[in-house]
Amino acid sequence: MLSILDKQLLKKLSLEPKLTTSALAASLSTSQPVIWRRIKRLESLGVIKGKRLLLNQELLGFGVKVFLGIKLATKGVISLHDFERAASGIPEVQSIEHVLGLYDYRVRVVARDIADFERVLRRRIMTLPGVGQVEANVLLSEEVLPGPI
Amino acid sequence: MLNDLDNRILRYLQNDPESSVAKLAEKAATTSPVVSRRLAKLQQTGYILGHELILDWSALGFEVQVSLRVTLDKTEPAAFDEFLEAARQIKEVLEIQTFLGMVDVRLSVVARDMKHYQQVYKDSILVLPHISDIEALMHISTIKMDRRLPI
Repeated sequence: MLSILDKQLLKKLSLEPKLTTSALAASLSTSQPVIWRRIKRLESLGVIKGKRLLLNQELLGFGVKVFLGIKLATKGVISLHDFERAASGIPEVQSIEHVLGLYDYRVRVVARDIADFERVLRRRIMTLPGVGQVEANVLLSEEVLPGPI
Repeated sequence: MLNDLDNRILRYLQNDPESSVAKLAEKAATTSPVVSRRLAKLQQTGYILGHELILDWSALGFEVQVSLRVTLDKTEPAAFDEFLEAARQIKEVLEIQTFLGMVDVRLSVVARDMKHYQQVYKDSILVLPHISDIEALMHISTIKMDRRLPI
């Protein structure tokens, strides 16, 4: 389904988000229109779901990133839906994943500092509908790898 | 330091990363040249790092996504470094995060199906050095993944 060029392109794009199409074309020894067409094709195949703006969180004053493992106190379709809707509306919540295992949800929260995080946790997270046990882990570092492309 | 206009531009750009300069200018109630200048400055000063692709691994044939929470044996001083170095070599690992808290490291792993996952888990993950405990969360669905900042 994917050609070698497609795979190389995906790998480059995921490792170096800064690269422009002309830089990509040069490093893969092809032309800019070819790169552009390939990207469009990968988008139409659904392999590329979208793009995200990468901002420097520290420079913008968001020094604290925390992952929460949340267990719901009550379960059932309605409580899941209520929880998801309310959690999605919190501006400091960057991602929500429904998981199976020790927790029901994995939630990524960003805050300016620990005091700000405490505010988000107390006022926004602990008041979510159906919320039960919450575990917090402060993110120290993260790296993204190209994966099995 | 960023001014109000910079913050507005970043906010609109977060909501629509592929927005044109003209569209941004219209939303921020200013002109295209002003937006271009601001964007260039935001890139130069390192506020904007670039664009990240959001890949759909299931469209690439990887149906299983697992989050592995690992506790390391901290009596070994080199545990973190050696574990991370070895984890980087595993093809199926998409993300490595380190934490302060109940878990030390989290690996995000993809596999084609459950059979493939079992194989990766047995042959690549369990042989990683200095693991004292490991726990798996199976990914069911993504509710939100925009990673926007509340600016």
